[in-house]
Amino acid sequence: MTSLNIKRGAEFTRILGLGVARGENAVPNEDLIEPINSSDEWIRKMTGIATRVRADKDTSVLDLSEKAARDAIAHAGISADEIDTVILSTITYPHMTPGGAPIVADRLGLTAAAYDISAACAGYCYGIAQADAFVRAGTARNVLVIGAEKMSDFVDPADRSISYLLGDAAGAVVIGASDTPGIGPTVWGSDGSGAQLIRQTSSWLDVRDNPETAFPTLFQEGPSVFKWASFKMAPVALEAIEAAGVTPGDIKAFIPHQANVRIIDQMVKQIGLPDTVVVGKDIVDSGNTSAASIPLATERLKRDGLVQSGDLALQIGFGAGLVYAAQVVVLP
Amino acid sequence: MADTNEILAGLAEIVAEETGLDAAEVTAEKSFTDDLDIDSLSMMTIVTLAEEKFDVRIPDEEVKNLTTVGDAVTFIEGAQK
Repeated sequence: MTSLNIKRGAEFTRILGLGVARGENAVPNEDLIEPINSSDEWIRKMTGIATRVRADKDTSVLDLSEKAARDAIAHAGISADEIDTVILSTITYPHMTPGGAPIVADRLGLTAAAYDISAACAGYCYGIAQADAFVRAGTARNVLVIGAEKMSDFVDPADRSISYLLGDAAGAVVIGASDTPGIGPTVWGSDGSGAQLIRQTSSWLDVRDNPETAFPTLFQEGPSVFKWASFKMAPVALEAIEAAGVTPGDIKAFIPHQANVRIIDQMVKQIGLPDTVVVGKDIVDSGNTSAASIPLATERLKRDGLVQSGDLALQIGFGAGLVYAAQVVVLP
Repeated sequence: MADTNEILAGLAEIVAEETGLDAAEVTAEKSFTDDLDIDSLSMMTIVTLAEEKFDVRIPDEEVKNLTTVGDAVTFIEGAQK
């Protein structure tokens, strides 16, 4: 019987480079409170958010993706043509098909394998899991993972559940081979019984079949999401620490999805992280940018001098699905 | 199984921890929102910690019916059985 060749990849992987692109406009709470009959104080108290970044009307998910990708490739110190796979995590690219990733690849001059994934606010960590596996399996040498969202295209300004949290941005990393382990095992999963907790208000078929149906926007059952994220994600984070063979004391930074400062603070408490761990809170200025939020928060911690290349970070994404993924990584 | 007084005392401890109020102020007739100034997210924290403490399940859709501390005590007492 004829046997087939198989590929074998690198023993270890790491994040080689990081790039981000934030929406051009910092939108303060005051600009959003009238349609939701609220106040700056209430938004700050319930979310910790002071401003969120939102993109110009003409700036697309692909524009944000391209900018973040170029910065990530430059930071990685490789040439774009060394990228052989592009994974774009987004829930706000406004086409069912084609996906956005092949277009981003083309803009970068690439004919690499390219596809989109839909894992909402966990999408960046899902992308890291795939890229890590591809490089170790020999399926790819260098993978560009992008989390990009233009959430502002899918908000109802009068919605009090989620609209005022959301921002527009992209974060990108390049994953490639490493001499030492740079990405710990991914702990991930889903709970589809909570699929309705964060959702699109109506399906495209509803829009087609009923002229009264409003343009679909995002909605969440806020308190239920808070409960799930704050209390069910802590064991996932602890499992990722254990799977990586480290202890909470070894972690320099905790960089969770930037959903809500109240969630982040409760997670820190539930995980039992020591005070020595710095916590990513870019949400205060950038808002909740879904798949982009973890790379954004990472970039912010680096820019503020709170973490350095080589530090260990625990990152965890969680969101609509419900889906979640966590891993310990060595920061680029 | 905890009795009514034990549930009230345990719940008061949880509320005190979450809000910084004195546990003695957390009495059965107090409204979570109007008297104790507990918002929807803090309420979920209190509910979750109560679930763990009393080994009961308090469904999310039930939380809106728990207006007073006494309502929560009654629900927890019933859920234990």
